[in-house]
Amino acid sequence: MTSAQHIWIVLGILFVLLNIAAGLIWVERRLLALFQDRLGPNRAGPLGILIVLADTLKLFFKEDWIPPFADRWVFILSPAIVVGAVLMSFVIIPFAPGIVVADLNIGLLFFLAMSSLAVYSIVLGGWASNNKYALLGALRGASQMIAYEVFMGLSLMGVVMMTGSMRMADIVNAQKEAWFILTQPLGAIIFFIAGIAETHRLPFDIPEAESELIAGYHAEYSGMKFGMFFIGEYLGITLISAMMVTVFFGGWLGPAFLPAWGWFFVKTFLFIGLFILLRASLPRPRYDQLIGYGWKLMLPLVLANLLITGAVLLLLKN
Amino acid sequence: MLSHIRTMWLVFLHLFRKKATIEYPEEKVKLHPRYKGRIVLTRDPDGGERCVGCYLCAVACPVDCIALQATEDEQGRRYPEFFRINFSRCIFCGYCEEACPTYAIQLIPDFEMAEYRRQDLVFEKEDLLINSQGKYPGYNYYKVAGMDAGVKAKGTGKNEDPPVDIHSLLP
Ligand code: SF4
Ligand code: SF4
Repeated sequence: MTSAQHIWIVLGILFVLLNIAAGLIWVERRLLALFQDRLGPNRAGPLGILIVLADTLKLFFKEDWIPPFADRWVFILSPAIVVGAVLMSFVIIPFAPGIVVADLNIGLLFFLAMSSLAVYSIVLGGWASNNKYALLGALRGASQMIAYEVFMGLSLMGVVMMTGSMRMADIVNAQKEAWFILTQPLGAIIFFIAGIAETHRLPFDIPEAESELIAGYHAEYSGMKFGMFFIGEYLGITLISAMMVTVFFGGWLGPAFLPAWGWFFVKTFLFIGLFILLRASLPRPRYDQLIGYGWKLMLPLVLANLLITGAVLLLLKN
Repeated sequence: MLSHIRTMWLVFLHLFRKKATIEYPEEKVKLHPRYKGRIVLTRDPDGGERCVGCYLCAVACPVDCIALQATEDEQGRRYPEFFRINFSRCIFCGYCEEACPTYAIQLIPDFEMAEYRRQDLVFEKEDLLINSQGKYPGYNYYKVAGMDAGVKAKGTGKNEDPPVDIHSLLP
């Protein structure tokens, strides 16, 4: 691949991702409304899709207020961290054979590292806001991250053991016979649960928890800074969906009537829909319950999964 | 866990339900006759104003959005000199209608009264007064009111005894 091609791929992926993140504003509102027997925004443009434009314009023209009591530079920086960190994780995702920013041989590890960096934006944002609700949100975000990061990584290790590689392209190619959802169902479910916690979406939106903490760590943010958190959240959803698809649902693989990238996007959007369905249907658990599930239920489960996978692999080898 | 999955499935099925949304400007809402919307001042069957300027509505109004000034015509019939309702404050509670002894002030099924300027929401008497009897056709307050205000003589109304001569000794 020439470097000009490479730059085009990078720009193309960036363009598509940011547009998906913005478009999710509309997708989420429409879907949530449909789940609740409403219609949702359907006025601006065909099917209301221009709500995205209206919303973005609105965010741009909102007063961008930095509280005088806030830690100014950290306050400004933290919304950028979440978007940056999540976009960095997309670097390793293969959208189709050859369409990937960097096919690193430590792909999965890179993903885990980058997606955990996103928690810095929560912690720094909450701390810099100098507001007790924001700080509580940040504290919750940090401890939730620690509880969930551990088994998020471990839930992917079963796949790594079966593939023998952390490179994403290898993982996808290893699913030519059977998707890993069939051989690693427990890992897939646990990864998805951890992914919800990672993107702090409902039902695990404990750091934001409008009904308890106003808006948690971004209570003090307004204008486009708030918009960045928003975009970061939607990018996070897309990222976790894309990871689910790549690692457990055969990535770009699928019958030939759709192009490879087409399969990838169809599957990813199904998972995004699942995220929204979760938001529409499940209540938020209590904070200590969430952490309790993480350490007492998920971690042993995922360790058992790892053990069994290892044992079966050894058995098959002999 | 199973109940969670069941919940998700049931919520998913709502995707295909009939939607409750009424798409308003194209599709009008059905308003029932007793809907509490825009306020009007009605007239009695003879075309006279029903309002007698008793201030009861202004007192009953929880947000104090009614202002009026009572006056009398040459026949001793009271009517409001001006009558002003500030609809930007009105909460359409209908207390004024309940307080009114003459059925003059009434809330009607109409809510489409948006304006661009707040001042345009202050309705004066000529905006409020309509040429109709509203919800109580045939009712004429002065016919039952026991006083002579040009509608009937004193003591000749329905359920009304002729005036007693208090200077006479005979029963
Ligand atoms: S409806 Fe209620 S708020 Fe409106 S004018 Fe009558 S009493 Fe006042
Ligand atoms: S509208 Fe009714 S309550 Fe109000 S001043 Fe007139 S008569 Fe009295």
